[in-house]
Amino acid sequence: MDYFLTEEQQMIKDLAARIADERVKPVAAELDEKEEFPWELMKVLGEADLFAVWVPEEYGGLGGGVLEQALVVEELSRACSGVAVSYAASALGSFPIILFGTEEQKQRYLPDIASGKRLAAFALTEANAGSDVSGIATTATLDGDEYVLNGTKQWITNGGEADIYTVIAVTDKTKGPRGYSAFIVEKGTPGLSFGKKEKKLGIRASATREVIFENCRIPKENLLGREGQGFVITMKTFDRTRPGVGAQAVGIAQGALDEAVKYARERVQFGQPISSFQGIQFMLADMATQVEAARALVYSVARWIDSGAKDVSQAAAMAKLFASDVCMKVTVDAVQILGGYGYMREYPVEKMMRDAKITQIYEGTNQIQRSIIALDLIKKAARKNK
Amino acid sequence: MHIVACIKQVPDPSQARIDRETGLVIREGVDKIINPYDLHALEEALRIKETKGGKVTVLSMGPASAEQVLRDAIAMGADQVILLSDRQFAGADTLATSYTLARAVARLEDVNLVICGKQAVDGDTAQVGPGMAAKLDIPHITQVRKLRELTEDKLVAEKLTDRGYEVVEVPLPAVITVVKELNEPRIPGLRGMMRAKKAEIPVWGPEDIEAEADRIGLKGSPTQVWRTFEPERHRKGEMLEGTPSEQAAALWQRLRSL
Ligand SMILES: Cc1cc2nc3c(=O)[nH]c(=O)nc-3n(C[C@H](O)[C@H](O)[C@H](O)COP(=O)(O)OP(=O)(O)OC[C@H]3O[C@@H](n4cnc5c(N)ncnc54)[C@H](O)[C@@H]3O)c2cc1C
Ligand SMILES: Cc1cc2nc3c(=O)[nH]c(=O)nc-3n(C[C@H](O)[C@H](O)[C@H](O)COP(=O)(O)OP(=O)(O)OC[C@H]3O[C@@H](n4cnc5c(N)ncnc54)[C@H](O)[C@@H]3O)c2cc1C
Repeated sequence: MDYFLTEEQQMIKDLAARIADERVKPVAAELDEKEEFPWELMKVLGEADLFAVWVPEEYGGLGGGVLEQALVVEELSRACSGVAVSYAASALGSFPIILFGTEEQKQRYLPDIASGKRLAAFALTEANAGSDVSGIATTATLDGDEYVLNGTKQWITNGGEADIYTVIAVTDKTKGPRGYSAFIVEKGTPGLSFGKKEKKLGIRASATREVIFENCRIPKENLLGREGQGFVITMKTFDRTRPGVGAQAVGIAQGALDEAVKYARERVQFGQPISSFQGIQFMLADMATQVEAARALVYSVARWIDSGAKDVSQAAAMAKLFASDVCMKVTVDAVQILGGYGYMREYPVEKMMRDAKITQIYEGTNQIQRSIIALDLIKKAARKNK
Repeated sequence: MHIVACIKQVPDPSQARIDRETGLVIREGVDKIINPYDLHALEEALRIKETKGGKVTVLSMGPASAEQVLRDAIAMGADQVILLSDRQFAGADTLATSYTLARAVARLEDVNLVICGKQAVDGDTAQVGPGMAAKLDIPHITQVRKLRELTEDKLVAEKLTDRGYEVVEVPLPAVITVVKELNEPRIPGLRGMMRAKKAEIPVWGPEDIEAEADRIGLKGSPTQVWRTFEPERHRKGEMLEGTPSEQAAALWQRLRSL
C-alpha cells in the first residue's frame, strides 16, 4: 500500500531497508545467540545519517520527526528488533532534550546524537517503580552549583553503552510525581556506574542494564526544563516514542509474515504446498490485514504528532497498543505456520516471537495504554456533559 | 593525494539475459548498476582520502544514463565526477575505451593513483585498467587485494594470483585494478544521497580531452565482434541405480576413471 511518503521519507525507508537486508539480517541470529551489543551496526546507521532523522536541522539533524524515526525502526525490526531498539533508545533518550533542552544543552548534546557518535538512553524505571512511577526513589539534591544523584535505575536500554542519559529523579519528596525532575548525565561522571546486564527472552542484541548513582555530582545546568517538570517531560517524550514502539511491532510482524508466506509456498505436505490449504491461507490473510492496519495507524498517528498536534497521548497509546498486540498474534501464528521448523532456531520466526513480547511491556504495559485511552475517553465525555 | 576511480555502468547481472537469436545482451527493462568491482575501487579511493587527505575524482564513459552511477559515487563521497559522453565515443572497444579514459586522466591535475575494477561484468575483458596504464605510460598492478604501503610516490600492494599473492612495488603515479577481497563498500548516507540528487554532473566530449577523432568510439576500435553465442552444453545427467552403498561404489568408480 502507498502511504504517500515524501521523497525524503521514502529515501529514508529504502535506505533503512537496505541496511536491514544487507547488514542486519545476516548477523541477527548470531547477535541473538551471543547477546552481543551491535556496535558495528550502530556505526553503519550513524554513517548512513539515520540517527539524524528525528533531530532538528539547527542541531546537526535532518529535521524529521516521529514518522521518520518510525520508518527506520520498522525496517530494522524486520531484520532484528534488538538492533532496532538500540537505535530507538537513542531517540527515547534525546527527545527530552529536543523538547525541553536549553539552546546550550541542545548545542552540546544533539549534534553527537545525530551523527551516531554518541548513543542516548532514558532512565525512569526502578525496582519499585514500573507502571506506577510514584515509587521512584532516586533523588537529586541541589548542593551549591551541583545536583547530587543517588539511587538505582533498572532495565535501562543502552545502559552502559550510551554516553548520554536522561534520568528522572525526585527533587521534592513532598510533591509526588510533581516533585520529579529530569537531568542529563554523561557517562564518565564520577559516581555513575552500571550494574548487571540482564539475560532476556528477546531483543537479546540490545543491552538492558542497571544504572547506578552514588553521590553522582552533575552541574546544575544539566537540569532539563524546571524542577518539578520531570513527569511532564516523561509523558511528552512517551507521546513521541510510543508510535516508535508501534513501528517496531509492525516491523517484527512484517518480518514474520514474510517468512510465513515464503515457507508456506515451499513446504509440501499431502502432496501439495501448505499454502494451498485454506486453513493456512486464512491465517495468512488475517495476519497481512492486521499488519497493514497496524502500519496505517502507526503512520497516521506519527504524522499527526509531527504536524504539531497537542493532545496526542491517547493516539500514541493506541498506536503502541494495537501494533504490539498485532505483533504478538502474528508472530505466534507465523511459528504455527512453520510448524516444528518454526520452533527451531535455524528459522528466524521463533526469535521474532520472543522479540514480539517486549512491545506489549515497555514504554508502558498494554494495560497502562488501555488505561490512558479509557481515561481520556471518560474525561472528554465528562467535559462534554458538564 | 589525488585518486581517480573509474566506474562503469553495467546491466544488473542478476537480471540480465541473453537473446538466443542474436546472441546479444537484452538491456531493456534491466536495472543498471555500478560494475560490482568498481564499487571496491571507489571505496578504496575514499578510504585513502579519509586516511591521507586529498580528493577523489570519478570517471565514467557511457551514454547519458550513466550519469546515475556518478550520482551514486557522489552519494558515497566522491569529490568530483566527470561523465565522458558523446556520440563519437559510442561503440568503443577496450582499446578506444582505454585511450579515452587515459586522455581524461591526463586532463586532471596531479593524479597519484588510478583505481579500476578487476573487470567489468558485462564486457569481462579486464583490459581497460592495463590499457589505460599503457596509454599513460605509467606502471600498473592488476588484481590488487590489499594496499600495504602508500606514499605520495610509491605503492606496495598485494596482487592476487592463482596460488596465493605477490607483493608488488610501483612508483606513482600508477594504475591498479582491484578484487572484492580488498574492502567492503560503504552504504551511502542520507546526506550524501541528497547532495547527489541535486548535483550537476559535468559532461566531457572529445574536445574536452583533446582526443584524436580516429582513436575514439567505433572509429578507434579495431576489434569487431563476429558472432556471440552460448557455448553448447555437453552436460547430461545420469542416475545411478541400486542401494546407497552400490551407488556410492559406482560413483567412486566413475570418479576414478575421469
Ligand atoms: C527489555 C526491557 C527494556 C526496558 N527499557 C527501559 C528503559 O530504557 N528505560 C526505562 O525507564 N524503563 C525500561 N524498561 C522498563 C519498562 O518500561 C517496565 O518494565 C514497564 O513499564 C512495566 O513495569 P514493570 O515491569 O515494573 O511491571 P509492573 O508495573 O510491576 O506490572 C506488572 C503487571 O501488572 C500490570 N499492572 C500494573 N499496574 C496496573 C494497573 N493499574 N491496571 C492494570 N494492570 C496493571 C502490568 O500491566 C503488568 O501486566 C524496560 C523493560 C524491559 C523488560
Ligand atoms: C554487446 C557487446 C559488444 C562488444 N563489442 C566489442 C568489440 O567489438 N570489441 C571490443 O574490444 N570490445 C567489445 N565490447 C566490450 C566493450 O567495448 C567493453 O565493455 C569496454 O571496452 C570496456 O571493456 P570491459 O567491459 O571488458 O571492461 P574491463 O576491462 O573488464 O573493465 C575493467 C575496469 O575498467 C574500468 N572501465 C571499463 N569500462 C569503463 C567505462 N566505460 N567507464 C569507466 N571505467 C571503465 C572499470 O574500472 C572496470 O572495472 C563489447 C561489449 C558488449 C557488451
